Amino acid sequence: MQIACVHWLYMAQQPISLSKRPITARETFGLGAGFLLAGLAHLLRLPLWLSGLICVIVFWRLYLAHRKTAAPRKWLLVLVALATAGGILLEYRTLLGRDAGVALLVVMLAMKLMETYTQRDGTLLGFLGFFLLVTNFLYSQTIGTALYMLACAWVLITVLIAMQFTGAWPGWYRPAQRAGLLLLQAIPLMLVLFLLFPRIQGPLWGLPHDAHAGLSGLSDNMSPGSLNNLILSDAVAFRASFRGRIPEARALYWRGPVLWDYDGRTWTAPRFVFNAEELPAGEPAIEYTVTLEPHNKRWLFALEFPMQRPPRAVVTRDMQLLSTTLVRNRMRYDMSSHLQSTYGADDSESVLRRALQLPDGYNPRTLRHAQELRRKFSDDRQLVNEVLAGFRNENYVYTLSPPLLGEHAVDEFLFDTRRGFCEHYASSFTFLMRAAGIPARVVTGYQGGQVNPVGDYVLVRQADAHAWTEIWLSGAGWVRIDPTAAVSPARVERGIASALPSSDALPMFVRGDFEFLQRMRLTWDSVTYTWNQWVLGYNPERQRQFLANIGFSDATWQMLAVILFVCAGTAVLLGAMLALRDLRANRSDLVRTAYDHFCRKLARRGLPRNPAEGPMDFAGRAAQWNSQAGQEINAISRDYVALRYGTDATAESIREFKRRIRALNL
Amino acid sequence: MYRPLKDSALKWLFQWRGPEHGTIVLVQRRVFILPTPQGLLFVGIILLMLIGSINYDLSLGFILSFLLGAAGIQSMLHTFRNLAHLKISAGRLAPVFAGEQAQFSMHIHNQTRADRFSIGVTGDRINAHYVDVPAGSAAVAVVSIHALRRGWLSPGRLTLYTRFPVGLFRAWSYAEPDVQCLVYPAPAIPGLPLPQQVAGDGEGGIKGQGQDEFSGFRPYRPGDSPRHVAWKAVARDDSLLTKQFTGRADAELWLSWNDLPNGMDAELRLSHLTRWVLDADNCGLNYGLRLPGATLPPANGPTHRADCLRALALHGTTADIPQ
Repeated sequence: MQIACVHWLYMAQQPISLSKRPITARETFGLGAGFLLAGLAHLLRLPLWLSGLICVIVFWRLYLAHRKTAAPRKWLLVLVALATAGGILLEYRTLLGRDAGVALLVVMLAMKLMETYTQRDGTLLGFLGFFLLVTNFLYSQTIGTALYMLACAWVLITVLIAMQFTGAWPGWYRPAQRAGLLLLQAIPLMLVLFLLFPRIQGPLWGLPHDAHAGLSGLSDNMSPGSLNNLILSDAVAFRASFRGRIPEARALYWRGPVLWDYDGRTWTAPRFVFNAEELPAGEPAIEYTVTLEPHNKRWLFALEFPMQRPPRAVVTRDMQLLSTTLVRNRMRYDMSSHLQSTYGADDSESVLRRALQLPDGYNPRTLRHAQELRRKFSDDRQLVNEVLAGFRNENYVYTLSPPLLGEHAVDEFLFDTRRGFCEHYASSFTFLMRAAGIPARVVTGYQGGQVNPVGDYVLVRQADAHAWTEIWLSGAGWVRIDPTAAVSPARVERGIASALPSSDALPMFVRGDFEFLQRMRLTWDSVTYTWNQWVLGYNPERQRQFLANIGFSDATWQMLAVILFVCAGTAVLLGAMLALRDLRANRSDLVRTAYDHFCRKLARRGLPRNPAEGPMDFAGRAAQWNSQAGQEINAISRDYVALRYGTDATAESIREFKRRIRALNL
Repeated sequence: MYRPLKDSALKWLFQWRGPEHGTIVLVQRRVFILPTPQGLLFVGIILLMLIGSINYDLSLGFILSFLLGAAGIQSMLHTFRNLAHLKISAGRLAPVFAGEQAQFSMHIHNQTRADRFSIGVTGDRINAHYVDVPAGSAAVAVVSIHALRRGWLSPGRLTLYTRFPVGLFRAWSYAEPDVQCLVYPAPAIPGLPLPQQVAGDGEGGIKGQGQDEFSGFRPYRPGDSPRHVAWKAVARDDSLLTKQFTGRADAELWLSWNDLPNGMDAELRLSHLTRWVLDADNCGLNYGLRLPGATLPPANGPTHRADCLRALALHGTTADIPQ
């Protein structure tokens, strides 16, 4: 009954419906343009046949609108939709998942545009356009994307507003201006909601398998050429801001995957590593904060050697820092490290045995060479120095374009080609050490990084990917040896760009040329860093921090709700004041309103004013009718004429006028 | 029992206050606002976007959802503002015959500094007239109401509404201007032939005023039919002259209630009398009207025609409010 009543109230108050109104060609063009803009990034990503089809559908619809022709037959549209869905299924092997889902969404929106002939459908399409905007963020959340999507939202709102004009078409300027105004006025409330709306750590349900495709970074194995691809990418791996002085570049070894097993071609990390019981001690501690870009693996990067565990992360016995989950979102963690430390001196026999294993039948020359060295030097350190001296003094070359190596890769590299980069040196050196009976393993990670003076942090790119070796010396434990540093000291001291001949291909900005561009790039990166920290990285944890900063640490959810409502209410009120400020009537209207009140007062006493009666005539009649108040009635009417038709109405005189009317006693 | 309860609840809720005299100001408390079905759909889409953003942890998704949501809320204020503080006053009214559409023209004044767009005015919730009212100006919206019965017709409670700018909300307000349109009885189709003319009392000489044969010019007097103004003469020398005709001006035509067949019911009689008045006026005859309780002496011209039709329209009703 109650519901029926509310329903009736609601429906009874809905006067005639505008929504069945057919949309005009202009509105169709607006919708088509909004859709194409919102879907542009998707169209560039989708397979060519699909993008082409979508464009054909959209332009077909625009052509029909231009010719004012009726919609194509429904069965034809259904057929096209089904065929396209089939095509997507063939292309992606699924209809779910991120890519296929987005493809399906874009196609269906294009089909919706095809059958949009009423204002109601047009509005729905505009709303779905907003949804399409959000799907773009699955692929990119840069500042550029954000600005582009904001512009698209503006266009879509403009089209929605344009569909509401019933009178003469005022041109696109007016709806665009109104849409901009709406967006501007929405900012305060948006900020409040962004900061205070309770954040839940996603995902709410399983993500499709391809949700994080296309993220690059180090992997759990290293085969010839795998690092090369990374080094050619100038994508950001992570950024680190230091508390205190930034250490020298040659001390910045960011430790990543540790590779133990070699099959003659590929080094791989073991599936499973025990967690370290205690972390290395030493000094001095370096404190810093890492903001890691998502790479869909578990490694967190830290300077050698990590001294603490970030929340939800572990440190393994071989000093890898591993997150408990895959890093799929930008992640920020505080770390402290010791640059000098010893660890693993008491590693067991079985651990060391694994660090000595070599595949049978590979690299016979290297094996023989190792045995010779072993015979010559009984001391491990001497042997190592001899090998490094060999790298340094014989004509080894550091280059990113080494010749291809065959089956006995280490042999060929050490004795024939002698051209390569960190991957070759680390791999060969580790092999040689193992062959000589010294436990050794390959460590991959990043080395160095670019100091950004604008934001005072170290920017580490994929191009800084590096591989080095750790050997185990009795008494000293695991010791880092970087054979690349022996060949090319510049690589670890001044970065990869200075270590390479200028003929080698490198990402443009990794090399130090174009100083001005480089500066701009660094400034831009610093802006991006701030963006990542404060906008993209705003998660439940940062929200807690923010609330603690404004004095609400350990707030209960009820308190949070109250804060949210108070702030949101304030923001809405602010918006209301902005929106309604020019509604206040002007002064002559205030006078008129007061005079109306005066007339109502007389009418209540039985003396209504005739519509055609002037104020002074009415005053004359009223004075006759009530001679007692006659003088006052005349005075008020004179004031009214003076205030309303004169030029000297002031706020003060209007107040006085109102007061007189209130005080009038009949 | 339910209906009066509902009516009084609505009356209280929407402050229906009966016909109002003069200019009606849609002050803020007279303006109501509710989301449209499309507004509810918009909320659904925003929620969907928000859930997606949470699931995929898209910070920018949060920002966009919140921005659009906030813009939606802001649009509520814009919709409200688009209607509030407009002023409504009724314009001139032309009488109509029953069965025709009465055209109530409503002047919508906007004395504020904000432009108003797409203001709909409707009397019956089926047909609406939309007007734009720029700041500091006025527009006329015409409300057509089907005149069913003769007599006075009120436009009733008009609804002014708007969905501008985005269509997520609809603000509306009620106004019941105190105007009435005179509805003449519907002329009978086909009418009966006009009754026989009777000779006058000898007062009308040969040089009477009929419309049969042109007999000369005389200066224009207010009330002369524009059809008889000599427009060519006006074009020539700026003087208004009226053409005079001689005819059987001495002949008087009485249109009488009692001339109609006995069994005829009152409304039908009025309908036939209306037809007669129109026919007689068309022929330019002198005619008088006799109704039970009212007699209009023979005359002709638009004023006489209006008086006759008015008498027919209001016959038997107590209301004879001067306009």
